[in-house]
Amino acid sequence: MTGPYSAKVMDHFMNPRNVGEIPDADGVGQVGNPVCGDIMKMYIKVKDKIITDVKFQTFGCGAAIATSSMATELIKGKNIDEALALTNKAVAEALDGLPPVKMHCSVLAEEAVRAAINDYLIKTTGQGLPGFKPHDESLHKEVHGN
Amino acid sequence: MPDERIYLDYAATTPVDGRVRAAMGPYHSEKFGNPSSLHSFGQETRAALEKAREQVAALIGALPGEIVFTSGGTEADNFALEGIAFANENKGNHIITSAVEHHAVLHCCEFLKKRGCEITVLPVDGSGLVSPEAVAGALTPRTVLVSIMHANNEIGTIEPVAEIAEAIKSRVAGRESRVYFHTDAVQTAGHIPVNVNDLGVDLLAISAHKLYGPKGVGCLYVRKGTRLAPLLHGGAQENNRRASTENVPGIVGFGAAAELARSEMAEESKKLLPLRDKLMNGLLTRIPDVRLNGHPARRLPNNVNVSVKYIEGESMLLNLDLLGIAASSGSACTSGSLDPSHVLMAIGLPHEIAHGSLRFTLGQQTTEAEIDYVLEKLPPVIEKLRAMSPLYPGGKK
Ligand SMILES: Cc1ncc(COP(=O)(O)O)c(C=O)c1O
Ligand code: FES
Repeated sequence: MTGPYSAKVMDHFMNPRNVGEIPDADGVGQVGNPVCGDIMKMYIKVKDKIITDVKFQTFGCGAAIATSSMATELIKGKNIDEALALTNKAVAEALDGLPPVKMHCSVLAEEAVRAAINDYLIKTTGQGLPGFKPHDESLHKEVHGN
Repeated sequence: MPDERIYLDYAATTPVDGRVRAAMGPYHSEKFGNPSSLHSFGQETRAALEKAREQVAALIGALPGEIVFTSGGTEADNFALEGIAFANENKGNHIITSAVEHHAVLHCCEFLKKRGCEITVLPVDGSGLVSPEAVAGALTPRTVLVSIMHANNEIGTIEPVAEIAEAIKSRVAGRESRVYFHTDAVQTAGHIPVNVNDLGVDLLAISAHKLYGPKGVGCLYVRKGTRLAPLLHGGAQENNRRASTENVPGIVGFGAAAELARSEMAEESKKLLPLRDKLMNGLLTRIPDVRLNGHPARRLPNNVNVSVKYIEGESMLLNLDLLGIAASSGSACTSGSLDPSHVLMAIGLPHEIAHGSLRFTLGQQTTEAEIDYVLEKLPPVIEKLRAMSPLYPGGKK
C-alpha cells in the first residue's frame, strides 16, 4: 500500500536519512514558499570544500520528504562542485522515479542544496553563487503548477 | 498493517449495502427490459423504476413525480444550475451561491459566467456558515437562482437552508418572477432528516453512493411548476426532463438505499454521534496545536475535520494508510493543484494550516475499537512528522 510512490520513495519517506539540525552549520538554506507552505531547510558542514555533514527539515508531502532525504545522501561526502551539479532529475531517478505531479517536489530539494551552499559561500568568501536567486513565485509554480 | 483496514472516508463514498445489492441483482440479466418498451419485459423494469421513485421521494418528503433520476450528484447540480439559467433567460441571469460549495456547483457557475450569467459567491464565517441576511441582501431583480449546499462535504457544517429560504421569500414577496432555491444535499440525504418542504427548496441534489447505494446514480428533486431546461436531449424519459435509457439497476439500488436510510438513519446517527465526539475530542485533547475545522455543533454526525499545525496532510495520510487507516485531506499536495481546498481557504485558514488538514468521516461499519485505534496510532505519526518540520517550535528544544 504505497499509493502513487515507488518502494524507494516510501522507504526514504518512512525512514528519512539525515533529519535534523546542525547548530554550528557552515551553511543553511531554506527554500519554499510561505503561500503554498512547502518548506525545506538544509544545513551543511564543510571542510576543505567537502560536505562532511548534512541535515534537513521539511514541511511538505511524502515526495518532498523523500527527495530531501535522498538529496542529503547524494551530497554527503561530496565536494561543493559535485553537490552543485546535483539536479532534481538525478534525485528523482535515485528514488526510482516520482509520479509526474510530484516531479517538481524534487525541485525543492535541488534548490535547498544550492541555497545552503550559497549561504556557505557568502559566509566564507563574501560572495554567493553567481546568478543564485532565492526561492520565489516561480518555484512555487514549479512545485504546484498553476 | 492490521488485519482489518479501517475505512474513515465515508464522505468520499460508501460501500453498497448488501440488501441494496440484493435488490439490484435481478435487474442486470433477468429483468433487463427497457422501461420505455410496451411489452412485459419493459413493464417489469418500468414498475421497478417507479417504485424507486417513490422510495426516493419518501426520503425527502417529495412527490414521486418531482424526482428526476440522474447519473449522480454532479449531474444533478449541473442540471439545477444550467437548467434554471437556460430556462429563465428572459427573467434574469443572476445566480447567488457560496464560497464553500462543491466544485459541481462552483465550476458550473464559472461556466455559466462565461455564458453571460452574473454570479455572486457569498463568503462564509469562520465555521463555514452562510448568512441568510447576506443571501437576502445579494438578491437583485435579475436573480433567478440561489444555490446553497445543505451540508459541506469537507468540514461538515450544516447550512441554515430553511432560514435562507425564509429570507429569500420575505425579500422577494410580491415580486412577479420567481427566485428558485437549490440545495446540494449530497452529504445529508439519508444521514440527517431532509424534507423539501421544511427546507423550503425548489431543487435538491442527491447522490446514491453517499448513502450505501451504487455509484453513478442520483437524482434532482424538482418542485412542481419549476421552469427547468433539460441537460440531455433525446428520448422522452423522465417525463421529458432527461433523455437516455434509465440506469435501471442503479436506480433500483438507489431506491432500496433510500428506503433503508429512511428507517435506519436515526439509529445510525445515534451510534455515530458519540463516536464522532470521541474522535474529535480525543484528537483535540491528546495532540497539542490541533484545531477543529467547521462548526462545533451545526455539524454532520459523521464528520471530523482538524488541522494539525506544522505538518502537511499528505504525509499524514500516507502514514495512516500504512497503518491501515483511510482518511482524506484538503492539502494542495494531495490534489496536485496550486492551492489547498477552497473550503478551508474560505473559512479563513492560513495556507500552512489548511495544508495540515485531516478529515475522518464515519459510517455504518465504524466501531469504537476503530476510533480507539486511530487515537492510539495518530499521535506518534504526528510527533514523528513534526520532528522533521522546520516550522515546529518544539523541534528546536
Ligand atoms: C457535496 C457534494 N456534491 C456533489 C458531489 C458529487 O457527487 P457525484 O460523485 O455523485 O457526482 C459530491 C461528492 O463528491 C459532494 O460531496
Ligand atoms: S510538497 Fe506539496 S506536493 Fe510535494
